[in-house]
Amino acid sequence: MTSIIAYEPGASQLLMGNEAIARGALEAGLGLASAYPGNPSSEIIGSLAEVAREMGIYVEWSVNEKVALEVAAAASFAGVRAIVAMKQNGLNVASDFLMNLNLTGTNAGLVLVVCDDPSGQSSTNEQDSRPIAKWAELPLLEPATFQEAKDMAKWAFELSEEIKNVCVLRSVTRVSHARGDVRLGETKPPSRDARFAPTMLGQFTPLLVTLKHNMLHQKLKRVREIFESSPFNWYTGPEKPELLIVTCGSGWYYCLEAVKVLGLESSVGILKLGTTWPLPEKLVLEHLARTDKVLVVEEVDPFLEGNLKELVGDNFSALGPLTFYGKRSGHLPSVGELDPDQVMGGIGSVLGRERVAVEPEYSKKAQDLTGGMVQSRMIGFCAGCPHRATLWSVKNALKLDGRGGFVTGDIGCYTMGLGPTGFFQLKTAQAMGSGAGLACGFGNLDKLGFAQPVLAVCGDSTFFHAAIPALINGVYNQANFTLIILDNSATAMTGFQPHPGTGASALGEPAPSVDLEGLCRSLGIQVEVTDPFDIQDTTQKLLDLMQHDGRVRVLISRRKCAIVRAKEEKAAYKVRVDSVRCRGESCGCARLCTRVFQCPGLIWDGESQTAKIDEVICSGCGVCADICPASAIIREAA
Amino acid sequence: MKEKDPLNVIVTGVGGQGNVLLSQLIGRALVRAGYCVTIGETYGASQRGGAVMSHVRISRQAQYGPLIPHGQADVILGLEPVETLRVLGQYGNPGVTVITNSRPVYPLAVAVGAARYPSVEEIARALEELSSRAWLINATEIALDLGASILANIVMVGALVGAGVLPLAPEEIELEFQESLPGDKLDLNLKAFRRGLAEIKAR
Repeated sequence: MTSIIAYEPGASQLLMGNEAIARGALEAGLGLASAYPGNPSSEIIGSLAEVAREMGIYVEWSVNEKVALEVAAAASFAGVRAIVAMKQNGLNVASDFLMNLNLTGTNAGLVLVVCDDPSGQSSTNEQDSRPIAKWAELPLLEPATFQEAKDMAKWAFELSEEIKNVCVLRSVTRVSHARGDVRLGETKPPSRDARFAPTMLGQFTPLLVTLKHNMLHQKLKRVREIFESSPFNWYTGPEKPELLIVTCGSGWYYCLEAVKVLGLESSVGILKLGTTWPLPEKLVLEHLARTDKVLVVEEVDPFLEGNLKELVGDNFSALGPLTFYGKRSGHLPSVGELDPDQVMGGIGSVLGRERVAVEPEYSKKAQDLTGGMVQSRMIGFCAGCPHRATLWSVKNALKLDGRGGFVTGDIGCYTMGLGPTGFFQLKTAQAMGSGAGLACGFGNLDKLGFAQPVLAVCGDSTFFHAAIPALINGVYNQANFTLIILDNSATAMTGFQPHPGTGASALGEPAPSVDLEGLCRSLGIQVEVTDPFDIQDTTQKLLDLMQHDGRVRVLISRRKCAIVRAKEEKAAYKVRVDSVRCRGESCGCARLCTRVFQCPGLIWDGESQTAKIDEVICSGCGVCADICPASAIIREAA
Repeated sequence: MKEKDPLNVIVTGVGGQGNVLLSQLIGRALVRAGYCVTIGETYGASQRGGAVMSHVRISRQAQYGPLIPHGQADVILGLEPVETLRVLGQYGNPGVTVITNSRPVYPLAVAVGAARYPSVEEIARALEELSSRAWLINATEIALDLGASILANIVMVGALVGAGVLPLAPEEIELEFQESLPGDKLDLNLKAFRRGLAEIKAR
């Protein structure tokens, strides 16, 4: 892979939005970067870790987003420019610290990057994080292009230092996880005189809260003035547009293309804002005064739209009648990510024009020819995934136990355990660590008539991130549940980043490894360790643990992620189906192996009416050999 | 050939087939050649068997947005035949060029026996009817012949460049390999790329 410092300044490099943000930080003289991985934000710290040694900066994967922000704030306090990155859910974790840091303020530039995931393509929620900037009274920047992602990240440090407060840079999937050519600037080495030396009493404390709150208002006022002349805001279009589009972030490219495709360049204008909170009021009012129709294009919630309407409310008499279109009027969808077709549709419906995207004749032919052939492709566990094996044992153990037990879920690859490849075993899935937290609650409901066994699952990285407090709560309050730690030795969902249990740092150097068993045992918890590929043993251990009522138990189900295994080691087995022993539909197993076990490497062959191994997909874990009641699946040492 | 601007290319397949790597490789070569390039990637849970898609937009004049409007693909490069059909249905038009790997990755519903996967003939017919030019390439078989199924994506890059639908010469891609791959991987990737080139030239 080509690193973000591989090219000379002045060159154009194809950069992912996240890499562009990282590069911008390096051009600003970044000294420290921290984050907990979460898509679509993970590559910011990932790409900085790659060049940390060469650039002489400190980069860490922190245990969670709150700690990551605290680590970055300490650098800022000590005069070192710092960046912290997180996904939208991570910002919620960090918000407790953030809602105090805004009052105490910072010293050296501190940039908080939050990457939202419209449509929740790699998330369990859809959250527009921008209101937090308004709530915390912090400046908000939204890059629309890859070049801007870099340039804005760089400038955000200047702004942060000017007002001595955090600057929030908000990206979305289509900026963070897209790539474009970016013109590079010079990188700058970090300052090497880190020192914590407050210049006034209580500088980094909330001493005199209302005074500090007032200072925060003054800072925001200064930001508004700076934003009035920001090069990240611009207008293209006629002097008096029939329709004014106000847009930001990912929406800008869609608007530009939509206006061009619809041939409306002479009647529709686009005001593109890069500084969306606080609004540059003079600039915005100037443009609003030139039209009577405004369409707001943004992802996801009508945040900009609401702020524009507030501004219009304050200036009602000066502006005259204005009609707003957007998410609230129904001209654009109120959920999910945008695309150029939706924006074309929105503009078209405001102006009463229709656009035919695809010739109806071709469209019909395509539907007739492909409609029946294109099936949905549900995501699920990979071939050889240890989670599938663990959840198979969970399913069996719960059935054998027979008391209506269930699993509270958590956030990671294993969240897919709520679907068919995890046999629908996960019955809840909310925030990081909430599987164990919910189990604490369920586990004390026996006083209220509850009699079901409770199993909670969480991954190894999630355990460190947020499950430990819940576990301690369970011990202290004597909650009755079993926590299954699905230890696959990686933060797999986000790209295999190391964590406190892996023995490696963000830079890939050896690091102390926190001992999961030891940590749990130190709390007085009964801990068992199992290999999920040994289905019989895992099922038995689960059954035994479920019998020990009255307190918290832990089962560590340990086996490396299949993708990591494929990179590091050869397949354990060569697996094949004995076509004589596999009796297909006449077996009586009702195709248990393919229909129920649902491994993509094991397929039902319609022609021969038997199961078959797809050698391109099969990872050679051999677990399916233990599933087949007719012993027709053969595993041989590879 | 007069270049269409922007040229819209969609690379599609299933998570784990190397879709992202492929589009990045083309993108880097195009930026080196002085083009404005945007790549939008849809890979929510890329390793886990979902449908994935990269939108590559190539222009001499300006950078375009990361999503191609419906019906506006000029080239579709498919690593998996049904994914190619899925993209064709949404982004195709009578002028589109299609190059697809012929080897299926069965959706779970097919693998578990609950749905039927279309035959090669059905797929070929749909591709023929819905494009101006279509190639079916047995890229996975070629890759297996070279020793690793994962090389199918590189075979497909060879086919794409060989088809002459990108403003790129084979040497420009080979230069990217040389710059970004370690020695032990370079040779195998070059072989896969050249097999793809040869495969399409032979048609």
